[in-house]
Amino acid sequence: MKLIVGLDEVTDADGFRVGGKAIALAALHRSGRAVPPTVCLTTEAYELFVEQASLRAVIHQELGRKSFADMRWEEIWDAALRIRSRFLRAAIPEPVVAALKEHLATGLPDRRLAVRSSAPGEDSQATSFAGLHDSFVGVRGLPVMTEAVRKVWASLWTDRALLYRRELGIDVDSSAMAVLIQSLVEGPVSGIAFGAHPNDPDLVAVEAVYGLNQGLVDGSIEPDRWSLERQTARVVEHVAPAERQRLVARGTETEVESVPVSMASIPPLGDSQLVEVFEAVRATEDLFGAPQDVEWTFSDDHLVLLQSRPVTTATAGVGDKRAWYLSLTRSLQSLLVLRDRVETELLPAMDREAADMGSRDLGALDTAELVEEIEKRRRAHDRWVEVYSRDFIPLAHGIRLFGQFYNDVVGPEDPYEFMTLLAATPLLSVQRNRELARLASKVREDSELRRQLQVGGLGDAKFEQELDEFTLEFGEVTFGSQRCFGNRARVVRFLLRLAEVPTLAESSAEGDVESLNERFFAAVADERHVMARQLLELGRSSYRLRDDDNIHLARLEALVLDAVGEGHSRLRMNGPGAEQSLNLEQVVAALRHPNLVVEPRPEQAQTPVEEGFRARPRQLVGQPAGPGVATGAARVIETADDLFRFQAGEVLVCDAVDPNMTFVVPMASAVIERRGGMLIHGAIIAREYGLPCVTGVPEVTSLISNGDPLTVDGYLGIVTVSRD
Amino acid sequence: MEILRDLLESQLLGVLGTQHDGEPYTSLVGFVATPDLKQLLFATGRSTRKLANLVTDSRASMLVDNRTNRRSDFTEASAATAVGVVEQVGGEERAEFERLFLGKHPHLESFVRSPSCVSLRLRVSVYMVATHFQHVIELHIDP
Repeated sequence: MKLIVGLDEVTDADGFRVGGKAIALAALHRSGRAVPPTVCLTTEAYELFVEQASLRAVIHQELGRKSFADMRWEEIWDAALRIRSRFLRAAIPEPVVAALKEHLATGLPDRRLAVRSSAPGEDSQATSFAGLHDSFVGVRGLPVMTEAVRKVWASLWTDRALLYRRELGIDVDSSAMAVLIQSLVEGPVSGIAFGAHPNDPDLVAVEAVYGLNQGLVDGSIEPDRWSLERQTARVVEHVAPAERQRLVARGTETEVESVPVSMASIPPLGDSQLVEVFEAVRATEDLFGAPQDVEWTFSDDHLVLLQSRPVTTATAGVGDKRAWYLSLTRSLQSLLVLRDRVETELLPAMDREAADMGSRDLGALDTAELVEEIEKRRRAHDRWVEVYSRDFIPLAHGIRLFGQFYNDVVGPEDPYEFMTLLAATPLLSVQRNRELARLASKVREDSELRRQLQVGGLGDAKFEQELDEFTLEFGEVTFGSQRCFGNRARVVRFLLRLAEVPTLAESSAEGDVESLNERFFAAVADERHVMARQLLELGRSSYRLRDDDNIHLARLEALVLDAVGEGHSRLRMNGPGAEQSLNLEQVVAALRHPNLVVEPRPEQAQTPVEEGFRARPRQLVGQPAGPGVATGAARVIETADDLFRFQAGEVLVCDAVDPNMTFVVPMASAVIERRGGMLIHGAIIAREYGLPCVTGVPEVTSLISNGDPLTVDGYLGIVTVSRD
Repeated sequence: MEILRDLLESQLLGVLGTQHDGEPYTSLVGFVATPDLKQLLFATGRSTRKLANLVTDSRASMLVDNRTNRRSDFTEASAATAVGVVEQVGGEERAEFERLFLGKHPHLESFVRSPSCVSLRLRVSVYMVATHFQHVIELHIDP
């Protein structure tokens, strides 16, 4: 078994042992190109590591809870987080440590190093992907290096790697990772060159930045871009960035900084260097037989090639979401920018649009104007749903970014310990629930008030005013295309029910937050405190937005419903055929064509198992999303009415918990959701109230019926149905 | 249902569970499922302990699974436990029993036709199908 090999020893047949990046680098080295001094920790070291720590069984368990194709990206995030946590806590086998030590002593003792992934098969033309696995620069000394190696191995199982490879098929047993250990070549200028321009195969594209090219690869630094004709090297376009910045190594961290004023107006590459890069990328194409995507740097005026891989030819087809998966991972800097945009531009703009629409008097519109208004509101809603997917969902990565940092520095046994720190932030849904709890306690304590409410009254003037204030503030809560608190009578009905429950305590203990906060900052080196604080703030913003964004979106949906409701009531007044519940399209069609006969919405057919058989769930597996065990009768939530039937102590079972429906959560004994993940609303709100929670249970709302006696195991992610 | 059918068709052997005076006992048996999956057919020698157990208590279970003795089995293997009552197959039903059983286990012809062998069927009342380690669905059969 050879754990470490030099580039001289690598042949083209060693793909599985050293990975695609090492094979390419060895070929460049053999062809006489300058490459950084490099050795490769082979996949045999990875094998030894995962075998010794039984990590394959862990991966199987994490990825095998349900069919991988059925896992949502949020569930994959969670599985990846748990796998990474296990990788980081496992010991590196002694022979591997010894081999690394020997290499450090004899190879490059005092140099700063780069530790890069080299996964077998990753650099073929169909599967080439930049930045999919982790690399670390500025590594010095054995402890830092072993840590970096462990993280590179773990990066084989990151969410983005899993999501990406899902499309290609994942084999846990044959997946392995080699690691390149290189001298860090810190040239003043570096970049990437594409032998075939992504948009025009007749051009070569060159991108260059000052400093390390990692900033260019991860998107945190905008480069200068050139397009050159493949045949003549003539420059057809040069696009300068808005601002020239550079990434520099500081210890094992990297930092973005502005370039000195003297360089700010000068492109990083001069004409002759541009041609040199152009010629190198064309030469690599001759060497490998296909256009290459080459990372390079200039060191002491010499061009050094850092890596080469085929330009990916796979074009994004319909349904290919791989680019979006990759966009889910963003750097701290880009997430901070995104957060500012969301908090200061997008959410206020969304609220302004809602307020503007809400001020229109629907009753004053004629039929044609109403149709126009319905469609306008629908378009606005659709537009914001798109923004939600493009900007709000990726911002949720702030939670993961903080979680990963926390786990790296603190190394807790529970990989979700960090959530307690994030939860110390006020959520709109929790504020609403507190207000409900306050009103309910008034009802509970005042028997006269309770009596009045029970017979249809609204209490005294003060209580009535409080009800009005609540309806005004939270009346826009919608669920399943229905308003929940649209009128006072519904609020009263719910308050009476809530008043029957003795006390509803929130869980998050402030003491825990404080001690975790101390533990976290004590584990972070002083010079990284600013970054740690930024990450924590970002994590909290992301956590808050994760819950709040749906409430903002629901305001818009409520406005669409209002307009559709107005259309509905006009149709009812105008004659027969409009009694049944119609959807938006049907209302619009019926308003436009008064003689049209509208069909009621088709009922969803239940698929029978097979004649003579009745399927009953006994034990359903999902993801553990809130620790604890609870038993209770099931309450399956499909419509807003189901929410108002909720009894204290029942288990909330639903397709997808929406912050707009979580007002019943304080009464629940546990939460089960079909949608999976730790970052979904069900898990967030269950954690807020300290309830056991299992998410990602396939078909849960059709398998479980109201009243089924359930045991919810939030530690293991298992729901047991005890009926006989 | 698909998983159950696949299991019952692909596997040659199942683990039969019986008991006597509360003492549990398991045995590996070759089996075949009837096309409607409501019966599992198997055969045993007259002097076996499982038959003695079944004579005193006809309630039995049979586990059929597709494990391969690898770590991935914990999440990838499927298992079905059939629970029901065992009866002897005789008379006119013997021919159909032999057709089905020997269709799957042709090498057991002399065993099945031996006078010392008894043909049996487990009339299944419920299957418990486990996938992904702990995901369990019960399939109850209408009586």
